[in-house]
Amino acid sequence: MSVAKPLQHDAAALHVTGQARYIDDIPTPSGTLHLAFGLSEVAHGVIKSVDLGSVHGAPGVTAVLTADDLPFANDVSPSPSSEPLLAEEIVHYVGQPVFLVVATSHLAARRAAKLGKIEYEQLPALITIEDAIAADSRFEEGPRVYARGDAADAISSAPHSIEGKIDIGGQEHFYLEGQAALAMPQEGGDMVVHSSSQHPTEIQHKVADALGLPMNAVRCEVRRMGGGFGGKESQGNALAVSCAVAARLTGRPCAMRYDRDDDFVITGKRHDFLINYKAGFDDDGRLLGVDFVQYARCGWSMDLSLPVADRAMLHADNAYFIPNLRVVSHRLRTNTQSATAFRGFGGPQGMLGIERVLDHVAHAAGRDPLDVRRLNYYAGLEATRPVKGQRFSGPHSPRAEATDAQTTHYGQVVEDFILHEMTEKLVKSSDYYERKAAVADWNEKNLLLKKGLALTPVKFGISFTLTHLNQAGALVHVYSDGSVHMNHGGTEMGQGLFQKVAQVAASRFGISLQKVKITATDTGKVPNTSATAASSGSDLNGMAVKAACDTIRDRLAEFVASRAQADPASVQFKNDCVHVGAEVLSWEDVVKDAYMARISLSSTGFYKTPKLEWDRISGRGRPFFYFAYGVAATEVVIDTLTGENRILRADILHDCGESLNPALDIGQIEGGYVQGAGWLTTEELVWDDAGRLRTHAPSTYKIPACSDRPDIFNVALWDGANREETIYRSKAVGEPPLMLGISAFMALSDAVSACGRNYPDLQAPATPEAVLRAVQRVWA
Amino acid sequence: MIRFSLNGETVEVDASYTTTLLDWLREERGLTGTKEGCNEGDCGACTVIVADPQNRDGLGPKALNACILFLPQLHGKAVVTVEGVSKPDGALHPVQKEMVDLHGSQCGFCTPGFIMSMVNAHLHGRTDHDAALAGNLCRCTGYAPIVRAAEAASGVDWPPDWLVEQLGQPLGDKALPIVPECSDALAQWYEANPDATLIAGATDVGLWVTKSLRSLEKVAFLNQCADLQQVEVAQTGQIRVGAAVTMQAFLPHADLIQESYGALVRRYGSEQVRSAATIGGNIANGSPIGDNPPPLIAIGAEVQLRKGDHRRVIPLEDFFLEYGKQDLEPGEFVEAILMPQTMPALRVYKLSKRFDQDISAVCGAFNVDVVDGVVSGARIAFGGMAGIPKRATEVERALLGNPWSEVTIRAAMPRFSDDFSPLSDMRASAEYRLSTAQNMLLRYFHDLSGDLVGVRAVEA
Repeated sequence: MSVAKPLQHDAAALHVTGQARYIDDIPTPSGTLHLAFGLSEVAHGVIKSVDLGSVHGAPGVTAVLTADDLPFANDVSPSPSSEPLLAEEIVHYVGQPVFLVVATSHLAARRAAKLGKIEYEQLPALITIEDAIAADSRFEEGPRVYARGDAADAISSAPHSIEGKIDIGGQEHFYLEGQAALAMPQEGGDMVVHSSSQHPTEIQHKVADALGLPMNAVRCEVRRMGGGFGGKESQGNALAVSCAVAARLTGRPCAMRYDRDDDFVITGKRHDFLINYKAGFDDDGRLLGVDFVQYARCGWSMDLSLPVADRAMLHADNAYFIPNLRVVSHRLRTNTQSATAFRGFGGPQGMLGIERVLDHVAHAAGRDPLDVRRLNYYAGLEATRPVKGQRFSGPHSPRAEATDAQTTHYGQVVEDFILHEMTEKLVKSSDYYERKAAVADWNEKNLLLKKGLALTPVKFGISFTLTHLNQAGALVHVYSDGSVHMNHGGTEMGQGLFQKVAQVAASRFGISLQKVKITATDTGKVPNTSATAASSGSDLNGMAVKAACDTIRDRLAEFVASRAQADPASVQFKNDCVHVGAEVLSWEDVVKDAYMARISLSSTGFYKTPKLEWDRISGRGRPFFYFAYGVAATEVVIDTLTGENRILRADILHDCGESLNPALDIGQIEGGYVQGAGWLTTEELVWDDAGRLRTHAPSTYKIPACSDRPDIFNVALWDGANREETIYRSKAVGEPPLMLGISAFMALSDAVSACGRNYPDLQAPATPEAVLRAVQRVWA
Repeated sequence: MIRFSLNGETVEVDASYTTTLLDWLREERGLTGTKEGCNEGDCGACTVIVADPQNRDGLGPKALNACILFLPQLHGKAVVTVEGVSKPDGALHPVQKEMVDLHGSQCGFCTPGFIMSMVNAHLHGRTDHDAALAGNLCRCTGYAPIVRAAEAASGVDWPPDWLVEQLGQPLGDKALPIVPECSDALAQWYEANPDATLIAGATDVGLWVTKSLRSLEKVAFLNQCADLQQVEVAQTGQIRVGAAVTMQAFLPHADLIQESYGALVRRYGSEQVRSAATIGGNIANGSPIGDNPPPLIAIGAEVQLRKGDHRRVIPLEDFFLEYGKQDLEPGEFVEAILMPQTMPALRVYKLSKRFDQDISAVCGAFNVDVVDGVVSGARIAFGGMAGIPKRATEVERALLGNPWSEVTIRAAMPRFSDDFSPLSDMRASAEYRLSTAQNMLLRYFHDLSGDLVGVRAVEA
């Protein structure tokens, strides 16, 4: 079996030799044209006049398009609400595409795009969350509310209470490969589009609409992305549609890639949030009621903001049973980039909100934050009634009645809560309490520098909350020489999905992985796919490929069994051979014989996630198939004179169920942690009052560099199968580890606490400036 | 005709002087392994190895960012890209092999750049991986497996002869008029062409082209002026650092001046940037946030300017007149910087959001003389606090003649607001800049007293 093996990424050898091909590396026919957008320079305004004379006259320019020149739909929205590709009468943010330049080279297009003269009548612009609240500017008619019990009453009658707020900055994806697309016109008006996209079907759909064609006239292919992180779920639409429209207009292939600065300025980022909170608790720090008001800055268009904000609400509990919890969510419309999907999809912000509350409560109660966290955890598996002396590990175990302390504020029972055990294991392996004492000693002795240590949990819900998206298709061919061609709807952005799914295919056929060809995602092979998002890639596509392989395998089993007068169920596929009765046949011979016997060697496969039932308006149901868990302990040091800080050590225990590939999973965990810690420390987005993004390049926007990873970085996988029937009992791993980075933020809060009596009230991201401000608050 | 060796093959190129190596590789040569991540020298995805077969600076092959490297800078050099790293028979270089085996790539887009930085470090037998890789950004892995791969590869199969061969090819190059080979030639040419742009490492000017999309009509490249790349001990006992000495070449001298200056230089850009950027360029461009001027002003460095055959020497602090304006006449250029060889009391502190490869929010340099417990001299200079690098004269005044004590320090701290009215920008607020500048003085006091200062001094 090739599953569960720590195999390398399928393209690793191509990566290290520079042969792995990304969009801009695809050899293009001569005459390929290149595109660039002319951008709005005001945050909100009516377009009074557009003078593109100099653009037309610039060297190399073939065509210049505005909204009026688009033949069909001017819409690149991933949501029901519209989002123009090119601004019509009004511009809504600095960086909004207003016109499209088609030129003979990338550089010529970029140069010409700077030459547009556009006059605006400026309108008042809403830049900040406060601006939008004051103007009541929002998506949806009013706030969403998910609640259980009476939080207000519980807080007011609790022995103790706190209130506060936390600003949570956004995050730029900074995929190393910027957005890119290439459109190749075909005969009869058809179009083939190569896109750096997590969502080829949506590219196909949007391109078809823009060309006035049915979807069957457009094919989208994605071999790989140079990173996605959610930033290529919807943000590639504009480039793909532009290329297709220009290709149709000129009859020539058209390519477009954003210069990095344009990528920052045009595309959406993680939503920044303001969360106001109130909490009531008892003497021990047990939560009795919590009230959250979450404000999400969604930017100018709806994009994916509603499900993002929903997920923030669904993670406002994280790992904690809160008997009375009210979550109010405002989705604010502002004149800034349209915030979009980013690894965690609102979950991280919701989770940071409750982790902040726990930190604040522990401070107020004078207890170790970890003790308060554990006190408030959901009840573990052993609490399930009735306990019949057995643990529920299999799908056929009898279902027991859940206790209240296992039920979330949206009514889903947490059937697989393993954080008590995981936390205990990490406490031991990281020497949490010993180090906590050592940190306190160290802080006593050091005047200017202070250390901090925090251990925080992650419980992350797995499934798209838009239930219909939880489906996937696959297409598997076995050729007459025994080689296998595998295709599915998932896209590869570095996470190793293709390799994991290939491991599944090889395992189903009992053949070596080398026989399985991984092929580019292609809307012509597998239709109507969901975005590779919500950590669902291997869960959904692994199952779909398994179904396709099993169909073919069953046909082969039946064929060899009937030939040998054996029971098809007794046929085994292993070690590149087919075992039927006492006979051992080579895989190749069986395939060849099956072909000669006119057995179909190709099949589709399909999967839909079971058990889901969710009403996003009432906030009740089971939005998630299961939860993925993790715990992280981070130690930091801060400089109380400057706020400079550094991660010294991180210990992580993460739950991937029965890992499909431990090496790739650990890669997701290490990378997710560093990305999450970056979000909450060095990565600061700054807009000026005019709505211009001032941090629009890696010179000013600082993702973690090599030396920012923890000096000591211990990552282990939790040993335990998924309770639910997922592909080989594995668990999704894309997003959850990002939130392990919250432990770094809480460790900083702990270090600041060591400076004095007040609560640090640390704001995110915890830049040196934010840390120094917190130090000054604690001293005050 | 620009002539250089590319992966062992001699190439002659007739292109615009501001064509970048990256664009040329990808668009003209079809070598798409070298990636564009940012087009400004900040991400390292375009890293290549460049060697001077004559090894003029003695540093051997360098990792450089191809996105801000103009073709004339390569004249006479040898370039190796990711396509030239494996053996001709396809055998992987040890760092490539370890990157595969130890899961060092995920999306793979940054990987070629990492490979080149790692191959270069491997070539030099270096094991300071954090420093060698500070200029390569990865968004997927969190760096841990990459460093594991670098560690595993160090020492293996060294030196890879196929690579050394490619990098050592002498080309018998002919001088190009816009690539002068000595400062006399440069002085003469520049006096005659005072409207030209001088390009040393192109780590700043490169962005005028790739980001501001400026076309530079008239340019000269300084990287082959051998005498501008010398560091000499002058008769005064000072060292004379040629303006075209790269920051990487200057590093050991900064270490000798004082360890904290060396530490600052290690945070100056990245290895790729330091290997191109020059000390003269960092001064001549007049940036208020350049990291050399504060320590150089604090140690009393002087700058030597030259126009034609006329030279003059002025204190560095007088060179910066106001924001964007330096004491430089048309046709005059920075030829050298004169500085003491060592300055034990100097301490330099740099504040930025990220430790490596970030631009200072505040950079403070302190150099206080204490005789018999009393402050007898003080030179304190800051970057990021004004439109130019500037001395804190009021703070210095508050220290002079007073006992070297925390009382004196605390009394002097408020004087910073007399010296500076910093701005708020995306790097930091005015308040933060002012309060940390004050606190740096306190840190300096503790630092000289032997207390533990700075988060880098701490381990778990």
